[in-house]
Amino acid sequence: MDKVLLSHGGGGTMMENLIEEIFSKAFDNEYIKGMEDAALLFGNITLTTDSFTVKPIFFPGGDIGRLAVCGTVNDASMRGAKPLYLTSAFIIEEGYPIEDLKRIVKSMAETAEEAGVKIVAGDTKVVEKSGVDGVFINTSGIGVVYENVDVSIKNAKPGDVVLISGTIGDHGMAIMSAREELQFDPPILSDVSPLNKMIEKLMTLEKAVKVLRDPTRGGVAEVLYEISKMSGVGIKIYEDKLPIKESVKSACDLMGFDFLHLANEGKLIAVVDRKYAEEALEIMKSDKYGKDAAIIGEVNDSKLVTINTVYGTSRIIDRPIGELLPRIC
Amino acid sequence: MMQQTEMIEKAKRAIEALNPGGPFNIMEVCGSHTMAISKFGLRQLLPKNIRLISGPGCPVCVTAQNEIDSVVELANRNVVIATFGDLIRVPGSKSSLQLERAAGKEVKVFYSPLDALKYAEGNPSKEVVFIGIGFETTVPTVAVTIKEAKEKNIKNYSVYCLHKTMPEALRALLEGGSNVQGFLLPGHVSAITGSKIYEFIPKEFGVGGVISGFEAMDILMSIIMLLKNYKNPAIEIQYKRVVRKEGNLEAQKIIDEIFEPCDSIWRGLGKIKGSGLRIKDKYKDFDAAVKFDIKPIGEEIEIKGCRCGDVLKGSIYPNECPLFERACTPENPVGPCMVSSEGSCAAFYKYGA
Repeated sequence: MDKVLLSHGGGGTMMENLIEEIFSKAFDNEYIKGMEDAALLFGNITLTTDSFTVKPIFFPGGDIGRLAVCGTVNDASMRGAKPLYLTSAFIIEEGYPIEDLKRIVKSMAETAEEAGVKIVAGDTKVVEKSGVDGVFINTSGIGVVYENVDVSIKNAKPGDVVLISGTIGDHGMAIMSAREELQFDPPILSDVSPLNKMIEKLMTLEKAVKVLRDPTRGGVAEVLYEISKMSGVGIKIYEDKLPIKESVKSACDLMGFDFLHLANEGKLIAVVDRKYAEEALEIMKSDKYGKDAAIIGEVNDSKLVTINTVYGTSRIIDRPIGELLPRIC
Repeated sequence: MMQQTEMIEKAKRAIEALNPGGPFNIMEVCGSHTMAISKFGLRQLLPKNIRLISGPGCPVCVTAQNEIDSVVELANRNVVIATFGDLIRVPGSKSSLQLERAAGKEVKVFYSPLDALKYAEGNPSKEVVFIGIGFETTVPTVAVTIKEAKEKNIKNYSVYCLHKTMPEALRALLEGGSNVQGFLLPGHVSAITGSKIYEFIPKEFGVGGVISGFEAMDILMSIIMLLKNYKNPAIEIQYKRVVRKEGNLEAQKIIDEIFEPCDSIWRGLGKIKGSGLRIKDKYKDFDAAVKFDIKPIGEEIEIKGCRCGDVLKGSIYPNECPLFERACTPENPVGPCMVSSEGSCAAFYKYGA
């Protein structure tokens, strides 16, 4: 492969190869290794960064501004940390309407206020027409790890329980249906939301919460695979336990997508000590963004990521490869 | 949900009771069936001697390599290639639409050909070519775009027609001596064509077929129907909620208005008489093959070591191919059955054998 393809950005195996081959090798140090959502510095500070490009920029249920704040707030929280400060950098295409820019920035400010974080530094670049598509935003964030917690992608142990904080695939399908101009009734809205308040409450369970991860690009399938790989365990989930909206499910059937591959922007997957599973579930459910939370599976020692179907059969969950493409028929 | 589990259990017992004992191969000829069977894990519910094998049912998989080469050639003629998503990753002998797009050629994915026509209408300075691929399911909508383009006098829209049709391919398979005891026939294709086009299968070859839906229960019911009629083979419809015997007459009419049969090359199966469609002379202004004087060159190109042909004929399972999972993966597909998400190799890779 001598050129970067769109599939390299899809959050699956192709992207993993690109990162390992190009970036990890060059930037090699003890912080960047290990597939974590945020680097852990000085023992208790998390640092993370993310760039946001989304088409359409205003989508059902959100916009690029809310996405840029939530994405970084959530990533900064996933080591069991309280996110505090964000930066925001804009790359704007010449000719972009000021009115739209105002809307995006207002949305960022409102979301930051909701999450209780401050945007404390910024940068603005304008490039010639077609240099970028509308607006690209980068945000970075730092957080402070709560006391007496130890959350890492490496911590899952056989016997632990897997939870998800709500319905899956909403963001991915909202974007897809907006792009394809497909109408659903009720319309499918993105779930984009900050999860740091939910995580703050979960952290009262201290070390019982072992892994936290937001299933963004690559979806639930990719997160389960990463946990399995980095913790050296297997994971089994149950199809009939997965919270999913009927509309998202039928849209998946229609377009030939696997809902386990669809992006989420307001959901987290948690691996929790079995003894505290119900308690963790109650905490999730009591949160504004967690009312559909469910226990969806458990960790085992098989090293395989599998799903028990509603038909009494079981199969391996495949990882997404690259770009999600609608199929022919 | 409990009810469903009970129904599945019941179907499983019925299949066991009807099991004829000897090898019983059921071939599905529809990509959506291939995916459904793997995704639901249906093979785990069947006795060992009842095998589900995948025939030439995924439109991308049966597109010949020289056809892809000609599409890549088209992409280099200063046109916008409009295509279904699946096609962009399919490798030709040197390139794919995905690589051409990265090299700066205009390749746009559309969910429906109607959107491609709309795009052409809104961008009159661009020459838009829709890549017509797929079976009778996609043909009617493509036909509609050509008719509409003519009526609205949209001059910058044309179709590069690589469409294929099912019946003659099934005949070729059976004449080649496939070891198939029953066909799971495609629900979507049959919604358009009706069931008559399959009548020759029991009549001439003594093999039955059931037009099936896509839910786990649909497929299990169809298997039961096939087993029941094993001794008196016939064509039956399980997917009655969608498929009528005569099919969709309106859709058939528009297909006949725009297209006529022609010979076509199928990947792995070679040239099959009367198994393709071309655009009638009356509509040649919208035929990209005429407009850009382009066509697939030569016969089918062999891919070294790739056994997609045998997979499509149902003579081997995908994991019996020496390239499977080694040289050939969904990221770096060698053969077409691995490229399309509907392909039988992709299904095996994704969901396990």
